This record gives sequence, C-alpha cells and structure tokens, in this order.
Amino acid sequence: MNLLLANNVLFVLAIPAGAIGLLAILPGYRLSAALNVLASFLTLVAAASLFIAHPPADAYFLVDDLNIVFVVLSCFVGFTTSVFSASYIGHELETGRLTPLYLRFYHAMYQMMMFGMNLALLVNNIGLMWVAIELATLATVLMVGIYRTHEALEAAWKYFILASVGIAFALFGTILVYMSALPIVGEGLQGMTWTTLVARVSAFDPALLSVAFVFLFLGYGTKVGLAPLHAWLPDAHAEGPTPISAVLSGLLLNVALYAILRFKTLMALNREAIAPGPLMVTMGLISLVFAAFMLYRRRDIKRLFAYSSIEHMGIIVFAFGMGGPLANFAGLLQMTMHSLTKSAIFFTVGHVAQVKGTQKIAEIRGLTETHPILGFALIVGVLAIAGMPPLGIFMSEFLVVSSTFARQPLLAIALVFGLLVAFGALLLRLQGFAFGEPSGRTAPVHASYVPIFAHLALVVGAGIYLPPLLVSWFHHVALMLG
Amino acid sequence: MHGFSFDVAHLLAGSLVLVSFMLLYQDRLYALLNVFALHAVVLSLSVAWQAHIHDAPHLYITAAIALVFKAIVIPVALHRMIVRLGIHREIEAVGSIGPTMLAGIGLVGLSLAVMLRVTSDADLLAREDLAFALSVLLLGLLIMVTRRNAVSQVVGFMSLENGLVLAATGARGMPLVVEISVAFSVLIAFIVIGIFLFRIRERFDTVDVQALDRFRGDLQ
Repeated sequence: MNLLLANNVLFVLAIPAGAIGLLAILPGYRLSAALNVLASFLTLVAAASLFIAHPPADAYFLVDDLNIVFVVLSCFVGFTTSVFSASYIGHELETGRLTPLYLRFYHAMYQMMMFGMNLALLVNNIGLMWVAIELATLATVLMVGIYRTHEALEAAWKYFILASVGIAFALFGTILVYMSALPIVGEGLQGMTWTTLVARVSAFDPALLSVAFVFLFLGYGTKVGLAPLHAWLPDAHAEGPTPISAVLSGLLLNVALYAILRFKTLMALNREAIAPGPLMVTMGLISLVFAAFMLYRRRDIKRLFAYSSIEHMGIIVFAFGMGGPLANFAGLLQMTMHSLTKSAIFFTVGHVAQVKGTQKIAEIRGLTETHPILGFALIVGVLAIAGMPPLGIFMSEFLVVSSTFARQPLLAIALVFGLLVAFGALLLRLQGFAFGEPSGRTAPVHASYVPIFAHLALVVGAGIYLPPLLVSWFHHVALMLG
Repeated sequence: MHGFSFDVAHLLAGSLVLVSFMLLYQDRLYALLNVFALHAVVLSLSVAWQAHIHDAPHLYITAAIALVFKAIVIPVALHRMIVRLGIHREIEAVGSIGPTMLAGIGLVGLSLAVMLRVTSDADLLAREDLAFALSVLLLGLLIMVTRRNAVSQVVGFMSLENGLVLAATGARGMPLVVEISVAFSVLIAFIVIGIFLFRIRERFDTVDVQALDRFRGDLQ
C-alpha cells in the first residue's frame, strides 16, 4: 500500500506502458481482452490513490488538484470501456469484421492511448505534453481505421490530417511560449516547465504570449472538436469500433481541453496578455449552436451522438471561457457528466448497432419492445445528455446558464437557444429509436450491461445528490482556474 | 551576432520559403517529390548552420534526420509507391497557379507582419527565423488545401513540419528539439506506410473498373 502511494504517478504510467508490450505479444483474444481489463483496472486503482497522496511537483511530473480530476476520470472511463470492449470485440470477431491479429493490435493500441493520455495529463513540461497528445492521437487514428473499409480509411485519413495540422499549430504555439520565456527564464528545460512558467509568467512578453495562445487554442481546439475545426470528429466516431467512439468522446477531447485550460491559467497570470475568455466563449457558442442544428439532419446513429459531443464540448469551453468560480465549477461538472453519459450512450449504441446490423437511424425502431434493457438504457442516456432534470447534466447546464444570466444576459440567450435546439433534436430522434413498430433483427443480444448501468447510475445519482467531498474538490479546482 | 553567420542563416531560412513557393505550383507528382527533397536539403543545411553558430551539437542530429529521412528515404519510398499505384502520370488540378501564388504571398506577408511585430524583444535572428517558419507553415497548409491526392497532401504536411523544425531550432537552447523531430519522423513514417498498405490493398481487392475510378488518387 505504501509502495503504491509513494510511486502512484509512476504506476499510472508504467502499467499501461507495460501492457502495450504484453498485449502485442500474447495471442488469444480472451486472454488479451481480460488482460486489457486488468491493466485498465490497475491503472484506475493507481490513479484513485492520487486522491490520498501525491508527490510534490518535480522536474518531470506535476500533480495537483486539477489534473487528478482529469486522470481519475480518464482511468475510470478507460476501465469501463475496456469491460465493454471485451464483449463488443468478441462479437466483431464472430462476425468476421476483425481478425485475431488485428485484435492483438487493437488491444496494444488501446493501452498506448491510455499511456499517452495519462502522460499528457501528468507531465510538467509543455513539450512532452505535446508529444504525449500526439502519441494518443496516433493510437486512436490507427484504431479508427481498423475495419479497413473505404469509409473507415477515409475517416482515419481525415482525422489524421486534421489532427496533424492541429497538433502542428499547437507545437508552434509551444515554441512561441518558450520564446517568450527565453529572456526571463533562460535557455534549457526550465523554459518549458509548467511550474517555472506559472511562477514567472507575469514578466513574459505579453504580445508573444498572446500570439502563442491563439496558436495553442486553435491547435488543441481542433482536438477538442470546436466548430470550424470539427470536421474529423463525426467521421472518426462513426466509422471506428464503438469502444473507440466512447473513449474519443469520453477522454481524448478532455485531454485536449486540459491543455487549453492549463494555458488559460498561464495567460490569466500575465496582466497585459490578451484575455483568453472571449475567444473561448465565442468558439464555444459557435460550436454549441452549429452542432445543435446539425443534430437534426443526421442519418447515422453514431454520427448523431458525435455531433452531440461537439455541442457539449462547446458548452464546456463556453463555461470555462466565462471563468469565475461558479462557471468553472459548472464546466468541470459538465465535463465529468458528459464523459460518463456519452460513453454510456456509446456502449448502448454499440450493442444496438451490432444486434441490428446497421447504424442507420431510419432502420432502428422500437428498441423498447425488442430489446427493453438496451432501449431503456438509451432513453435514460439520451434524456441525460439532452439535459432533462433531475439528471447530472441538467444541473451543470443550469449552473452555466444561471451564472451567464447574472453576468452577460445576451450571451445567455444564445446559450439557451442552442441548448433548446439540441434538446428538440435529441428527443425527436429518441422517439424513433425507442418506440414505434420494431424493425430489423430481433435476435437477443449478449451485451455487457454493467458499464452502461454503472455510468448511468453515477449520472442519475449526481443529479440528485453530489457528495460534499466532490463539491469541495471541484470548488477548489474552480478557484484555481480563476 | 556578427554579419556573416547571420547572413548565411538568413539566406537558408529565406530559401526554405522560396522552395515552399516552388512546391505550390508543381502539378506532377515526380516533380513535387523532387522539389520536396530539395526543401528537406535546405532545411538540413539551415539546421546544421544553426547548430554551428549556436554551438549546439545535438542539432546536428536533427539536421541528419532531415537529410537522411526526409530528403532521401521518404521521397524514394513515395516515388516507388507512386509507380506501384500507377498514378505517376496524373496531373493534379492545383487550381490556377496565379491565385494560389497570390494567396501564398499574402500568407507570407501576414506572417511577417504578425511575427516581426510581436517579437520585438527577441534577438534579430530568432525573429527572422520565426517569421520565415510561420510562412513555411502556412504555405504547407495552403499546399494541403489545394491538393486532393493523398501523396501530395503528405508532401504538404511534411513541408509544414519542416517549418516547425525551423522554428524549433531558431529558438535558442530549446530542449526536446531532437525528440520532437524524431516524433515527427515516426508520425510521417506511419502515414506513408499507412497509405501504401491501404491503397495497394484497395487496388487489388477489386477488379471493378468503376471502383478503381472512384478510388483513384483521391483518398481525401
């Protein structure tokens, strides 16, 4: 136990890293799926132990209250997704969409992605963070293209090109941050260390820092999926295996968001640099309203929920852009709830698409009659994501709206408009899936319900009662974010 | 900074922008690859010069990577791939050259205007390098936007990345430059292998002429 607490940061990174090699070598799908679950679970345990004790910031790692939230959320969703993935991928093997060799590759890539994300969240260096995000992106690109159909390859290619351009912009921004630190901090590794940058940013050249933030925001914003830069996101969600859709929405978008938040706090400490808030508010609002309208014309069920992810990332970026303790709190809560709900929805949708043999919305009808458990899980999930009270997302959206009304009533009108448009679209589609004359195949499904119910229970529970410990933790982080 | 070493650094960085312009109007894939090889050679000279004047030996590794990997291995590999895929005779619609070049000039003007203004505190060489690097980056983006063929999009991306390496080496004493250039090389190797495997399979999986037509050249 003491060993775990003393080295928990290393464990969070070493377990996935070790699992990559092991999963790449070991044959047999059952064994590697089980090992994948085990590795994800152990990573989660190590991550959760960060709550109890964490090392002070050193030259390599920075662990504070902000990234503990992100790491634990990532590892939790990573673990439940690995459980879901075990049953999902087994089915894909039966239907022959994937071969055993590809499965081995898939599991190794899954752990590679977890490693990349955890590294990006924990390092104390903006250059290494960039490398880690690139690694995680590369792993997901390979997984998106794994079915090798024409559509999957096109989606992977689009994702790859857009993410690479985004990541190139982010690197340019990173170089500019280093350049602005150079006269104050001096040459070498210190100019890229978070803790040093935060301590001395007030003396940096504000003009250079402002330009740097624009590049960083555009670069990492591409990975968050903000509106004009979102084109990769729906394709990548729709054409890859569903567990990957779940982790893309649940984790990878959050990691890019984390990078933006870190740089935002950096900017806030320099008085003369541009305020990042208005930029984030604008992009967030555009993403929200744009995605809300796009929801109406979707024909593919995974694409529908991918657009809903863009919408929610818009809300979250908007909330953090508004800033202040209340809006930041709402943003954190929204992010957590969205990760949990959206991955639960993708778990359900994955099983639905497998049993119906299609992802077309028009061909999925009457789920509550043919597959009541999946049907009702989907109802709860969609109601939650649409923001119905008393579920978790309602609470966070309510906080975002009310804090905005108090400060910028005009912005709040646009915000509420976007939320209502999205609400209408989701309920309209839900009616089609869940009720009416059943269509398509009605064969019973071998689903893993545990991850779905675990996530939905958390979302419903959080809507009714938030533990005071969580509230005070989020409150503290919200103050940190300024 | 004495005159001669500054002039050489300036010349090399400026040549990189010039070669980027040359990439912009190549409409044949072979010519595009040859010009890209030249781009990589100029980059490697520029990085090596930076290593020399800043006395930073680790940058020679970055220069060597640029020379061996980007100027020789990747162009040769892409060359062979183009032959295997049978797309070597294709002429790409890159849009009319005039407007594309004008857009390129506009982008270079924009990057000079932005970077020179905000870096007034930095030393002269770093300022110029950053401005040129941003120009190369934006021109690379323009190349990617104006092309529809997977191979030439990759060439655009690689030239964009060359701009980033130029910026990173221009920032004095920046750590992780070598690591970042290795990471980028891995990234590019992945793409190239990816195109090769996927495209070859597509070609031989089907004999339907219409499907071949539909898939030809355009991976988007």
